[in-house]
Parts: sequence; structure tokens; C-alpha cells
Amino acid sequence: MASERQWWPVAASDEVVPRHVFQATLLDRPLAVWRADDGTLNVWEDRCLHRGVRLTLGTNDGAELICRYHGWRYASGTAGCTYIPAHPADAPAQTIHNRIFPVREAFGLVWSAAEAPAGEPSRFDPAATLVLRPMPVAAAPADVAAALGAEIGAAPAGLHLAAADGTAEYFIQAAGAGRSIIRGLAVPEGAALAQLARHNAALSGLRDAIEATAPPVAISTAPALAPAPPGYDPGAPGEAGRATPLRLRVAERTTVADGIVQFRLTPVSGQLPTAQPGAHIDLALPGGITRQYSLLNGPGETAHYAIAVKRDPASRGGSAALHDRVRVGDVLAASRPHNSFPLRRDAVATRFVAGGIGLTPLVAMARALARAGAPFAFHHFVRTEGELAFRKTLAALGPYTPHVGHAPAAAEAALNTVLAAPETPQNLYLCGPPAMLDAARRIAAANGWPEARVHFEYFANEMPATRAGAFTVALARSALTVPVREGETILAALRGAGVPVESSCEQGACGTCVVRVLEGMPLHQDVCLSAAEREDHIATCVSRASSARLVLDL
Amino acid sequence: MDRPPPAHDPAVTDRWHVVAPAGTACATTLLGEPIEVCADGSVRVAGGGAALAACNAHGYVWASFGTPLALFDIAELAEPDRRTLHAASIGVATSAPRAIENFLDMGHFPFVHDGILGAEPFTEVKDYDVALDEAAGEILATRCRFFQPMAAATSSGGADVDYIYRVPHPFCAVLYKSSGLDPSRNDVIALFVQPTGEESVIAHMLLSLLDDNNDDAAIRRFQQTIFAQDKPILESQWPRRLPLDPRAETPIRADKSSIVYRRWLAALGWRYGVIPAGG
Ligand code: FES
Repeated sequence: MASERQWWPVAASDEVVPRHVFQATLLDRPLAVWRADDGTLNVWEDRCLHRGVRLTLGTNDGAELICRYHGWRYASGTAGCTYIPAHPADAPAQTIHNRIFPVREAFGLVWSAAEAPAGEPSRFDPAATLVLRPMPVAAAPADVAAALGAEIGAAPAGLHLAAADGTAEYFIQAAGAGRSIIRGLAVPEGAALAQLARHNAALSGLRDAIEATAPPVAISTAPALAPAPPGYDPGAPGEAGRATPLRLRVAERTTVADGIVQFRLTPVSGQLPTAQPGAHIDLALPGGITRQYSLLNGPGETAHYAIAVKRDPASRGGSAALHDRVRVGDVLAASRPHNSFPLRRDAVATRFVAGGIGLTPLVAMARALARAGAPFAFHHFVRTEGELAFRKTLAALGPYTPHVGHAPAAAEAALNTVLAAPETPQNLYLCGPPAMLDAARRIAAANGWPEARVHFEYFANEMPATRAGAFTVALARSALTVPVREGETILAALRGAGVPVESSCEQGACGTCVVRVLEGMPLHQDVCLSAAEREDHIATCVSRASSARLVLDL
Repeated sequence: MDRPPPAHDPAVTDRWHVVAPAGTACATTLLGEPIEVCADGSVRVAGGGAALAACNAHGYVWASFGTPLALFDIAELAEPDRRTLHAASIGVATSAPRAIENFLDMGHFPFVHDGILGAEPFTEVKDYDVALDEAAGEILATRCRFFQPMAAATSSGGADVDYIYRVPHPFCAVLYKSSGLDPSRNDVIALFVQPTGEESVIAHMLLSLLDDNNDDAAIRRFQQTIFAQDKPILESQWPRRLPLDPRAETPIRADKSSIVYRRWLAALGWRYGVIPAGG
């Protein structure tokens, strides 16, 4: 349908006010339109993918939209889910995102479309166009279009009409059941005020005529149900199979402290997958090496990835390659963000303790908590004052204490103070060099912090027990054998071998990734299969094998 | 919006449905049909039509267009020392299964019932057990625990409260919550949903408590406050009928009981108020 690929006005710019979620309609689809504090305009389907509640009931915190029902957070720009409060310890799967629509802002209007249109909203020049006063009409859009078409001599062609003489264009915006708004643009001629008044008088007259004769509108409460999410698909299996599917351009490099450079990376094309606080990416660097870097991004910063890299004198190539060889404009290959260090938000307060460049994931976390209004304290241990990266940023976010140049004994004493046990349970996040981490964990334990409250980044060899034990899966139909390593899911192993398997929740709840088992003993960890189904099916996103080999019907 | 009842739906033929608190005479609607409930508990099609099968149970009048299965029991209601009262009948523009799922859902407590049944940041839904008892034809969710800011009038801080949920009928759910007065016994809160149409219901709420402090009005007001917080959420859910395809929405582990509930309705061949998988 042509109109699906056309821009439609869905709101006036000044209706989409800060921290508000505006309810709009596009071709019968209910929309949630909202603006982030950085100006990013979002046009989303007005329906939370969790349980179908309208997102216009939710809260715009300036960077994320929070659903009213269960508090799921969705990032501005991508609508990717960044936090599921019912499971504070888990990083939401990247496949969880609401449906988004293309958006433009021009002529004082917000425009959207069901599918990405090729052109711009209007052929008129935004710099030399008169925006007419919007004219609300209590009639259905099709009736308004017919009457307006007759008035200006335009053939009825949907809800976008051009005056026969080419001096004006009109868009009929659906504004709820039986209500429309005529949005007009005109080529300026002579005195603007007089021209506006002329158009206004004409449109007012038209409105009165339409309202006098328009048939009563049958109120339909049935919005069109959207099909599967469009274009932007962070879960495309073909891509997920590759280790570094993203192509990132270095947009900016900035020295942020002694020997520390921040890189701002933007996508070469398309949209970046949504990152959560604590996430990192694998970056492929010149010289054939791959290194992991935590993302600094705050909530709603979805148009780029930011990392900070310290030049390590003992570098085996990673930091030296980035510092010496990577320039603005270079393109690097990167993985999707992985989050093995999720930020729990289920304590009344949080304490961050960073050593040196280990502060990077904690900066992203502090930004998230500050945005949500959750209290925290940030402690940064460095050798010299010059190494205090992000000092100003952090100090602006909340209580921030730098600890500079302590000799080992003094550092222990300072840690002991910083890690005094709280009166009410708090979460403690630690990141830094191994020696400091060890000391901090030891002191925290001695001071009475429960182990479950102390979080530090773990690497591949410290995966949770539920992912323990390696085995192989044999694929009956494709005659392929895929090893599943300890710490890896069957799903990830299959994708790594180029076998596409669909997935959605990646928690063993939705059943999207279930496949048939022909042989072997599955070790079920899902919550979606019935006892009978468990006999010969497995959820590949969470379950494993208790036999050395599983044969799958793939 | 409501269509005529699907002809072979077990909802229409085999079940009792709640139609009014006992002793009430009223004109109401059941499964899209206007009916009349008399004070003596008899029920007939509106306008002097045919009599429906009717019975009186748990303090309500129940009716059926067919030959209904026996109605489930709530044993606690027989205990003499309880305060059992009808708390509210509230019309909601949603399907009966959406209302039942909301009743089973703990994840929304800190957001929708902030300061009463939950509070941020204590949002975790801890693992619980849920199973369908096929012989009894009901779902039982046990070991449910949720952090409540004011667990009891005497507590200064919050504590985990234990719940048991039971779904003994596709449109009825019962919640058992250990009593503040006698931890070995349970307060009972039941939700009986009257399907006036596929996308409209009257939710009847029954309370049976061990409580000798609060008066009936206070108890009712509390329950009505909770339900008034749920109502706008329920009415904004789209689609209104419950999708039975597990991929239609995005469940998480916390939604285990809803996963089992949707699976049960699908296995029953249920069609009223739902969107069948693949349909
Ligand atoms: S419906 Fe939106 S978070 Fe559950």
C-alpha cells in the first residue's frame, strides 16, 4: 500500500513536550511519541511487547521509556529493553525491543510512516514554507480529504492533497476516532500574515461545512495489530553467527586523562544494538587482535558506543594499537554488546569502587542510576591526579570521592573505610586491577558484606554453574557436529557454527528457540516446556546436556 | 465488538459462571446474553426467557447455559471464625483471561500497587513452583514470595510475604496469604470473573479473613483501592483477548504461571476471550 511508505504528520512538534509521552495515530495504529532530553524523537508502537500495555501510560525519564505495568525500561532511539525489574540480576536479551517507526521533524510537525519512505515529508523547501494553522475537524479523515479535495481542485488521492496550482499541500492527520487535523503548507507569496489569514478563513469555512454534513463516525476501538517488528532486527541469526558483525567508524577521539583516550564509535550503517550498563564489546584491532572494552554509554545514548582506553606500557598490542594506529574515520569490526556484568537495581543504595581505568563499566552504571534517581556513591582509586578520568562527569552525577596516590598500606586503610558495611543492604560494584579487586573483595567480606551483594566483572573462566560442562550437539539433518563449550549456550554454539536458530526471550520462557531432540539426555533449565515435551524437545537458549552428546533435529 | 459465543466452546457448555453476589436481584449479561438474576437465586434469559441452570456457592449466584461441571470448592470458607465478605463488583473492559493473569502476576506489585503490595527497588520475582493438576483441572502456584514494604501493621521494615495461587476454573482464581493473626492459617482472596462479553467482564471479589480489627468498610475500601489501580492497566492492554501463542507476547521466567495458564486454556480448546494459537 502506497500510503504505508509515505510520511504522515502524527503530531505538532510543540505537542511532544519534554518528559511527556504523546499518544498519536498513524494509519489506525496507536503510537507513543516522545522526546528524550538530548532531543531524540521517538515514534513507537503504543504497546509494550511484554504484556501489551499502552506505552503512553508509561514514564519518559528523559532517556528511557518505562512501562507502567512491570517497569521494563526501553532506550530512546532503539526501543531496546535495558532492564527487567522482575529479574534484577539478568541482562535482558537483545531481541527484546518494541516496534519503532521512522521519524522526521519538519515544518513544525513530527512525521512518521509505517515503512521507511524513500523521500522527505514534503517537496516544499523547509526554509521557505509557510506552515498553516492546524485545523481540527470533527470528521473522519476520508471525509475531510474528499471535501478538501473538492475545494482545492485536487483529485482524491488518499490523505495527502496538493492544490491544483501547486502553491499548497495538505495532510490530513487522523487524531483519534472521528477526528482529523488538516495540516497545510504553502509557498509564501506577499505578506505572510495576510496569506495565513486567507488560508485560515478558507479552512475554517471548510471545517464548518464538513461538520454540518459529516455523517456520525462509528467509533472503532480496534487499532490495527502490528505484525512482527520491522527492519531493525538485532537478532538476525545470520549476523549473530559472526563474532564481530558490527562495523563502527571512529567519529571522535579525545584525551580524557593522562594516557587515556576516549573513542566515540558510530555505525557505518543501520542502528546499533542497545547496550545495557556494564556491557562490553569485542573490538577487532589493527594487527589482528581482538580486545574487550566496556561501554561508557549512559541510558538512551543509542546512536554511538563510547569506550575509554588507557595506554598500557606493558600492552601486548591492544591499547597501543588503539592509541597509535586508530584515527578518526577508521572503520573497526566489533561484536554486539555482551553484558556479563549486569547492574542490579534492587537495593536502596549502590556503592561503586573503581581502580584506575577499571572505572569504565561503573561510569555507565552510575549514569543509569543517576538518571533513575537511585542513590549511589562512587569511589575512584588512582596513582596520580592526572589519571582521574571523568572526574567532572562523575562529580555531577552524585557523591564522588577520588582517592589519589595511596601507598599500599594507605590504600588498604582507605578501602577499609570506603567498604564499611552499610546499615541497610546495598549492592557493591567493583572493577579494577586484579590486586585491588582481591583486596577489595577480602575487605568487603571481612566488613560483613554478604557475598551476594558484591559484584565484580567475571570473565569466561568464571561463568555461573548453570553453564558448566562441555558437550557436543550433532545435527541430524545438516550432518554437522558442533561443540558446546563450558559457559556457552547451545544457541550461541549453533549460531557460531552458522546454523540459524530463532530466539526471543533467551531465558527459556518463550519457546522460540525450542528444537527436537532425537538422542541424548537434555538437562532442562527452561520454564516453558511441559513434562511431555521435555521427553524430546530442548530450549537451546538455556538448557544443556547431561550426556556427552545430543542429537538435534536440525 | 463482542461476537456470539463460539458454538462448541467449553466455556459456553460446561461451566458455571458467576453472575451476581447472592441475594441480589439484577439485570446483567452473561457471555453476551442479557439475563435476569432474581433475589431467590434463579436466573433466566432477559425478557421472560428460558431459565438457566443456577446455583448458589461461595456467596454468589452462578449460572450456566449448558450442563456444567461441578463447581470448585474453597474449603476455608466453611470455617466458622472467619469474616467472609463480598468486597466489590467492578466492570472492566477486558477479557476474563486478562483479568485472571493480572491477578496471578506478582511482577507488577511495585509499579501498580506502589507502597501497598510492593515498592521499588524491591522488584525481584523470586523463583516459584507452578503446576497444572490435570485430574483436578486446576493450576496451583506455590512457594510464591514477594517483598512487601509494610508486611504487617506491627513491622517497621518490609518482609517477604508468602502466597499460594490457585486457578480452579478458567475465569476464577483464589489467593491464599498467611494470616497476620495465625500464621498457620490463610487469608483467602478470590476473584470470580463474570464474562459479560469476550472483551468485557465484571470482576467480583470475595474476601475471607481472620481479622478482628478492621470493619467491613475498611476491608472493602482496601481491596477496591487495589483493584482501581489495576483497572486502567487492564483496559489499556492490547489485544484485549488473551493471545495463547506463547510468542505473541514476551514472557519471562516470572511469568511462569501465565505460561501454564495459557497452555491450559489451549489444551482445553478454550476459545472465549482468547486468541487461539495460529488463529
Ligand atoms: S507490560 Fe510493559 S513491562 Fe510488562
